[in-house]
Amino acid sequence: MTKKVAIIGGGIAGMEAASVLSRMDIEVLLIEKRQQLGGHVGEWDHLFPNFRPASEITRSLLNALQNNNIKICANTVVTGIARKAGLFEVKTNQNQNFKVDGILLATGFDLFDAHKKEEYGYGIYENVITSADLEKKLKGGNVLTTASGCVPKRIAMIHCVGSRDEKAGYFHCSRVCCITAVKQAIEIRQKLPNVEIFCFYMDLRMYGKGFEEIYREAQEKWGIQFVRGRLSEAGENIDGGLQIKSEDTLSGRPLKMIVDMIVLMVGMVPAESTSQMAKMLGIHLSGDGFIAHDDVHFGSNITNVPGIFTAGTITSPMTISDTIADARSAALKICEYIA
Amino acid sequence: MAYHHFVLPFSIGMAALFAILMVKFTIWIVKLESVDKRLIRKNLFSVKTLDAMGEVFMESLLHRKIFRKNPMLGYMHMSLAFGWFLLILFGNFQAQFYTRTMLHPPYFPIFFNFFVTTSEEYLFKASFEFLMDLFLLIVLTGLFIAISKRFYSRIVGLKKTTKLKFFDKLALTSLWFIFPLRLLAESFTSGLYNNGDFLTGSLGSFFARHLMVEKLALPAWWGYSLALGFFFVALPYSRYMHIPAEVLLIFLRKYGVRTRREFTSYSDIEVRSCSRCGICIDACQINNALGINNIQSVYFLRSIRERSVGDEKLFTCMLCGRCENICPVGIQLSDLRMTQRNKNGVQNTSTYDFLVPPKYKVADVLYFAGCMTHLTPAIKKSMLKIFDIAGVNYYFMDSDKEACCGRPLIQSGHYENAAKLMEYNKKLIRQSKAKVLVTSCPICYKTFKEDYKLNIHVMHHTEYILKLVEVGILLLEKGDSKVVYHDPCELGRGLGIYEEPRILLNKVARLLHPDEERENAFCCGGSLGSFNLSTQQRNIIRDDALAKLMKPNPDKLITACPLCKKTFSKGTKVQVLDIAELVAASVIVPEAKKALDMQKHETVLVE
Repeated sequence: MTKKVAIIGGGIAGMEAASVLSRMDIEVLLIEKRQQLGGHVGEWDHLFPNFRPASEITRSLLNALQNNNIKICANTVVTGIARKAGLFEVKTNQNQNFKVDGILLATGFDLFDAHKKEEYGYGIYENVITSADLEKKLKGGNVLTTASGCVPKRIAMIHCVGSRDEKAGYFHCSRVCCITAVKQAIEIRQKLPNVEIFCFYMDLRMYGKGFEEIYREAQEKWGIQFVRGRLSEAGENIDGGLQIKSEDTLSGRPLKMIVDMIVLMVGMVPAESTSQMAKMLGIHLSGDGFIAHDDVHFGSNITNVPGIFTAGTITSPMTISDTIADARSAALKICEYIA
Repeated sequence: MAYHHFVLPFSIGMAALFAILMVKFTIWIVKLESVDKRLIRKNLFSVKTLDAMGEVFMESLLHRKIFRKNPMLGYMHMSLAFGWFLLILFGNFQAQFYTRTMLHPPYFPIFFNFFVTTSEEYLFKASFEFLMDLFLLIVLTGLFIAISKRFYSRIVGLKKTTKLKFFDKLALTSLWFIFPLRLLAESFTSGLYNNGDFLTGSLGSFFARHLMVEKLALPAWWGYSLALGFFFVALPYSRYMHIPAEVLLIFLRKYGVRTRREFTSYSDIEVRSCSRCGICIDACQINNALGINNIQSVYFLRSIRERSVGDEKLFTCMLCGRCENICPVGIQLSDLRMTQRNKNGVQNTSTYDFLVPPKYKVADVLYFAGCMTHLTPAIKKSMLKIFDIAGVNYYFMDSDKEACCGRPLIQSGHYENAAKLMEYNKKLIRQSKAKVLVTSCPICYKTFKEDYKLNIHVMHHTEYILKLVEVGILLLEKGDSKVVYHDPCELGRGLGIYEEPRILLNKVARLLHPDEERENAFCCGGSLGSFNLSTQQRNIIRDDALAKLMKPNPDKLITACPLCKKTFSKGTKVQVLDIAELVAASVIVPEAKKALDMQKHETVLVE
């Protein structure tokens, strides 16, 4: 009899795991709360480190889902999971009732709500946007303008908004924001060659393949300036300009600057649905709010509840490459379990 | 004359107690600051003395405030204090009526039933005998609760009771023995002579039937006298010193003496007046939410007495004022902590010469946002909107984030440095010729109001907005959102602003009420007062407070302090707003601003 797996979350982790499992002749239910698959990547314009369109990723993942073993349940939210005679019974808001052999959690992350960092003025000053807002603007294809319709002359990009910030409630590094800032800064410069861009960082974490290269390119080719210092607060002038206060910790001087636009590099935080799911299933969370692995080295994809596995950013922030790798390894682990 | 050797322990103890108290009281009063002595001289022969006597009766004997906290705990303290007082008072009356003279040795009323065993009649004999038994019974019931409290503190509504030192334990034990021994001694004697009232009489005849009361009576009287004597000698060196100290404290407080910045002789009296009841431990969120139970005021005061104030006790406290609010003795707990911080603080040497001379503008109203408001710009923006709609002639004095109000420096004991910043702000305020200073931050508000000694009206924006509404300058629309109001420590317990925000909120929303509000409101956990708590610990305190605030299930949590807002907004999905934001969103913008009556503006400025 064919074995069945329910994958909760139709982002890139869920999609990749679904296609891998389906090719191993396992029936997959891919449950997604939204209409569209693709998750956060579906909303992104271009990707680091090679400026590839994000749609290429989602398209190729979608193509791989064209398999009779996969049933996609869109607009569906899991309302209950119960264990019955070695199987899991999954109930949804569509009044469906599935019996499956294993469950893969791939509900991903939420973006940090920049309103919580009120001193940066998101939602208060018109020209303060987040990296996700910027990506939407870039995707829309229009020229980047301030709220009053002018072309910005000076933009500040603020790193670590909601990451590595104990007071904001998140201690962890989100791992993708440094390189996203570099990527977005280059993209802005490509479109607006006269704009000055300042990146305010704590330290730059250019650990991935090709990251250091584009960071260097950002400085040498695109003249993007990197200032080591955390933004303390932003204020608004009468003309809509933004005054920022920081400290250049390399020169040891306080710094005041007027910019036309601030981009907040919002971090990845545990999805609200993750904690609900964890509570429902009795899965342990680690101190950062993401799902915990019992073994740091060998425990990836494995939760404390037998039969329930994880893939992707439900356990920690990850790049797309890491997410795909994690999804494949999850497929393998769940396959071993149900075999 | 009636005498027996067993009265000696009591008499010696009593004499020693009076001598020690005389010396202590004299030293305290002599050492008082000269301003405080002037206050005493000024008020000694005034109605304040009578007032103080009333308070001594209400608090030291009846323990009214403890009653309010918990009737059982109140009864315990009242029965011991007031019951004992009545025993002494009526014992003296009884002795006077019996001897028909004022002159009898001090031990005579105490051991009256030993010396007077005949059925000789005197005025009100039966009533006295009944009353003395009744009072003894009252004291004994209180004692019973007190002993139970030692073993099981929840019966008096306390989760924690104070931990005792060895010497206190000795005094406590002798206190426990006094009244049971008196009961035994009087009962044995009653049994022997077949007299006594409902308690000692009936117990006496019971003992007479089963025991050799003629052999037991004298040892019991010895025991009673010894317990008394020992208690009296131990009293000045134990927690029971709080009894005489509190009486002195009440008088001095009525005369206007207070603990200010320095630790004075009065502060010492305050420290000694602590009865170590432990109510402050129960009020402390650091105990309730974090389980840290060695830094609370009762232990802090003890560490002052023992000269062992450490950083932990000094700097962990959030200075929220919950303990001070509930302290039955009314000790200035936060101010006392500040006197010690001042001592321990290392002064930094900044000259603050980076401050450029203040820019100013002549205006009717000055607005001081404060650093925390600059970090919560939605509040600032709302206030500016309100000023604009109301057509106020105002100047935003720290728009470019100029000098701090000085409070964080004061809080850490750096008074000299704070003074430099305060001088800067004072100069600006003077030059502006403003009549009102409005602040958005309750922390700044308290500082401007209490430390600056300004001759203009200082208002928190809650008060100011309400004034604008009351005189009709600002028109508000009532929305249907359900809100809960969180009283910021500094605004509520700090300055008693409880009504204004509630009146305002009732005009714009549906105000729901959490269980603990006003004086009993929680601290958000973000307090500037604590230097030791980690972010995680603060988060636990915050979440604990949030859980209680959110019980009525509001749509919005409203506060009036940027720090509370900032703290709470990170711990809940529910929208957290400052009252100014909610008001600014509910303002009905009048058709023509010119229609505003200048007369109305005058009213706001004058009041």
